[in-house]
Amino acid sequence: MMRTPLGEVRGLGSAKEGTGHFVRQRLTAFANVPLILAFVCILVSVQGESHASVVATLSSPIVAVIMLAVILSAVIHMRIGMQVIIEDYVHGEGLKLICLAFNSLFAASIGLLSAFALLKIAFGG
Amino acid sequence: MADTSHDNRPLSPHLQVFRPLITMVMSIVHRITGAALYFGTVLVAWWLIAAASGPEYFAYVDGFFGSLFGRLILFGYTWALMHHMLGGLRHFIWDMGAGFELSTANRMAWASLAGSVTLTILIWIIGYMAR
Repeated sequence: MMRTPLGEVRGLGSAKEGTGHFVRQRLTAFANVPLILAFVCILVSVQGESHASVVATLSSPIVAVIMLAVILSAVIHMRIGMQVIIEDYVHGEGLKLICLAFNSLFAASIGLLSAFALLKIAFGG
Repeated sequence: MADTSHDNRPLSPHLQVFRPLITMVMSIVHRITGAALYFGTVLVAWWLIAAASGPEYFAYVDGFFGSLFGRLILFGYTWALMHHMLGGLRHFIWDMGAGFELSTANRMAWASLAGSVTLTILIWIIGYMAR
């Protein structure tokens, strides 16, 4: 059988992650569909409510876990999405590296700040 | 890897030479809404931090989102979210090897536009009715 050199690639290609990026993108996209719909429902149900009422809703276990899951899935998804945008439009290797680093820092910051706020609310802070 | 950005090589034609087609426009919008949602997460984090900070700061942030400008942003945010979600569902269909026929692809592109506007308006109607 004819085998191209590409077909015998070792070490999962030049990015060393094989189809990992693609799979993570689709997995989080798949999770985001029900999670974002639940997120929208939660926000619609608390809009216009008092602080005490919003905190009470966000600290219920199911709502808190859904919100944490939305944040986790969304920040992973948006980090890989923005990575693709950067790789498409930023061609200088140095600038690209800096942009990719800031992309990761931004996603991690949003995730940590949101998760901390949610946990603080849930644990009665 | 060699830095290719300064090479004076011929480039393949880009967006500006093509007549806009609905599939192409929706693909571009999918990327733009994705980028907008990326930066929009700052608002989600801000709102959650406000809720965790106490009633005074929450009232301030709530006042911003309740203002006309705030609502305009949230309306756009809702649409971006719905459009990106429907665009993602379109990608799932393509991932399974279906929906590549020109007529189907065009229909799905129009459906994602119509669906996103419909869902956005529906969410806001429910939101106003629930008040």
